[in-house]
Amino acid sequence: MPLELLESPDLDANKREGLWTLNFGPQHPATHTTLRLVLQLDGEIVVDAEPDIGFLHSGFEKLGEVLDFNQYVTIVDRMNYISPLANEIAWHHAVEKLLGIELTPRCIYIRTIFAELMRMHDHLLCLGACVLDLGGATAFMYALNARETIYEICERASGQRFHTSYTRVGGLLYDVTDDWVNMVRDFVRNFPKVYRDFSGLVMKNRIFVERTRDVGVLSREEAIAGGATGPIARASGVTRDLRRDEPYLAYDDFDFDVCASQGGDCYARFQVRMMEMLESVKIIQQAIDKLPKGPIFATDTGKTGMPDKTEVYRSIEGLIHHFESIMPNRQMQAPKESIYAATESPNGELGYYIVGDGSFRAYRARTRPPSLLHFALFPKLIRGCMLSDVVAVLGSINIIAAELDR
Amino acid sequence: MPNESTNSATGEIEAVQTRLAELLPWVALDWSQFRNQTRVICPAGDLLKCLIAFKAVGFDQLTDLTAVDLLEYGNVNDRFEVVYCLLNVDTGLRLIAKIYLNEPNLTIPSATSVWFGADWLEREVYDMYGILFTGHPNFKRLLLPQEFQSFPLRKDYPVKGRGERHNFPVITRAES
Amino acid sequence: MATEINKQLGDNIFLTKLDAAASWARANSLWPMPFATACCGIELMSTAASKHDLARFGCEVMRFSPRQCDLMIVAGRVVMKMLPVLQRIWLQMPEPKWCISMGACACTGGVFDTYAVVQGIDRFMPVDVYVPGCPPRPEQLIRSIIDLQEKIQSGGTVNAREFKLRILPEGPSRYDEDELLRIRERNGFKFEDPKYDPIH
Repeated sequence: MPLELLESPDLDANKREGLWTLNFGPQHPATHTTLRLVLQLDGEIVVDAEPDIGFLHSGFEKLGEVLDFNQYVTIVDRMNYISPLANEIAWHHAVEKLLGIELTPRCIYIRTIFAELMRMHDHLLCLGACVLDLGGATAFMYALNARETIYEICERASGQRFHTSYTRVGGLLYDVTDDWVNMVRDFVRNFPKVYRDFSGLVMKNRIFVERTRDVGVLSREEAIAGGATGPIARASGVTRDLRRDEPYLAYDDFDFDVCASQGGDCYARFQVRMMEMLESVKIIQQAIDKLPKGPIFATDTGKTGMPDKTEVYRSIEGLIHHFESIMPNRQMQAPKESIYAATESPNGELGYYIVGDGSFRAYRARTRPPSLLHFALFPKLIRGCMLSDVVAVLGSINIIAAELDR
Repeated sequence: MPNESTNSATGEIEAVQTRLAELLPWVALDWSQFRNQTRVICPAGDLLKCLIAFKAVGFDQLTDLTAVDLLEYGNVNDRFEVVYCLLNVDTGLRLIAKIYLNEPNLTIPSATSVWFGADWLEREVYDMYGILFTGHPNFKRLLLPQEFQSFPLRKDYPVKGRGERHNFPVITRAES
Repeated sequence: MATEINKQLGDNIFLTKLDAAASWARANSLWPMPFATACCGIELMSTAASKHDLARFGCEVMRFSPRQCDLMIVAGRVVMKMLPVLQRIWLQMPEPKWCISMGACACTGGVFDTYAVVQGIDRFMPVDVYVPGCPPRPEQLIRSIIDLQEKIQSGGTVNAREFKLRILPEGPSRYDEDELLRIRERNGFKFEDPKYDPIH
């Protein structure tokens, strides 16, 4: 309990004398990417922390106003780059809600499978990298090995292993093959073994447990008022999961549990992430068994959806259809309305606030990034902890700089 | 199934509307619906009172706070729209509250006293649009460098900027 | 004479130039400084991890202190706020040093042709190898490291004379065509060219 070490737990930095100021970042191995923290230290105890962000601000939202709904998917990809497809699904979920498009069952199922694969993808790297920062390189190698299989699955479906740009308004880039289905089946069949290895290396590792338990505690009230969502809120006892509470895609059809914990500390956050991976396996297994046949593009919406690529290359109708869905003056037009739609991304609630202005591009494409609100909570989490806990807390809230700064 | 949830949501929204009418009898709120999403337009003058009332009727999380520059939107008289996305964590009810602002007076009260999560969101809105929030504990730019002059998400700012990205010293091999 | 020595010592002695020996040692013990800012950083992690295993090429000792490194891998886009940091870290690295610009964003700005992103780090600092791709596959990064090793071996000198000769910036000019047009526009120049559109 680091707080007890302080004789008088008066954490107001202005009232204390003889504090050290330590600059942490922007280029530091534990920040993974680019964050800067200015820490006020009393000996080894962190009295205050002021995050300085924006070292990766690249104008995503300005680009969202220039590119159309299909083009912008290449940009949202690069937002949370440890689970790229989850961003695409969230973006097109919002766009389809604005345009009022109903997806086909096959498309919904494929997207659900990918959303869950991305959840595992994200959690594996988050856990692996945090363990690496805390001094254990082995678990990181195990995690990245499992991630390589997911990269291969992405590559088989879309042709790109990292930034897939796989979703389209009302559909997907390509249909998946039986080969892909088998790959996913193999992956989820083998995953429990990977999980057992990984979990043995991490969750029962005494050093890891002692460095994360009772560190960076977030209470339920703070989590709610501070806007925390996803695994971080669930680790603090907020049992809210958009997959269950506002079912989108095919989550209504599946049987899965919402993982939550009461601890609120770093260990609880890791525990929730670990448990969620097993729930994802459960969802993928159900989805892959029920994967419906049929088209992947919504057809009843006229010229909104893009046609299948094979059709574009082989028939004149397909070519005309493709032309109509690409040319700016012939595309479907978004209503002059605004909408907020959110999905449960691996990191929390990833929402988009889109304003349509009657064309096929967003007038305003606002991203509600979970990382931004989580990182704003960081000073609250770290006050009273030790300097070495900064790394554990940063790893447990999984800050992705590109999503944070956009 | 969808009908059922819509009906219950409509009921909840009606309850919220009646409670807000009791709390803020003098404020004229403009309600609308789009694809099952409830929006409400608040008068800019009573913003803080509205936000406190929203929290009192159960919206305990500020999901998102953003702004829209309506310069090129067409058929609107206002310049900026500030959007508050609210959520009741227990019931899952969402509400989108909006206010409109115009050029000379871009100052609104900060929501940090109501939801402390508004802290960085408000700084970001200032960073991108130049809207000022009074009563914010630590008000400065969030993402861009402190010495940056423009507000890049305004519609009159070009996508490629005004040359700021080229304004750095060059290091050659011999110098490094 | 060489044959005489060979006869006496067998394979125990090599005759070579000092330059070549030093370059060989440098090329095969690169210590990278991963300046990972974005997506490419994750691919850099994949490259270093078990499947692709950068250690096979003598390049796996990632050090996060620039004082210990001789190869900077700039992985990911560099924005206005980050460029001074990058330059400072580059200046802190001891000679001889090399730089790999990994990914489209570090090379040219990539898809992010916006107000905040530096359109290629080579405008502001020297770069030895460019790796295309968004992000490049691990194989591509490995290829670039092999290329860099060849470059070091073929061009290296003990006192790094070849670096001293390069006194001019290596990247493109500071202003691209669009930028110049915009500056002229601000100064009251009217455009007749219909192709020019300040937004697209």
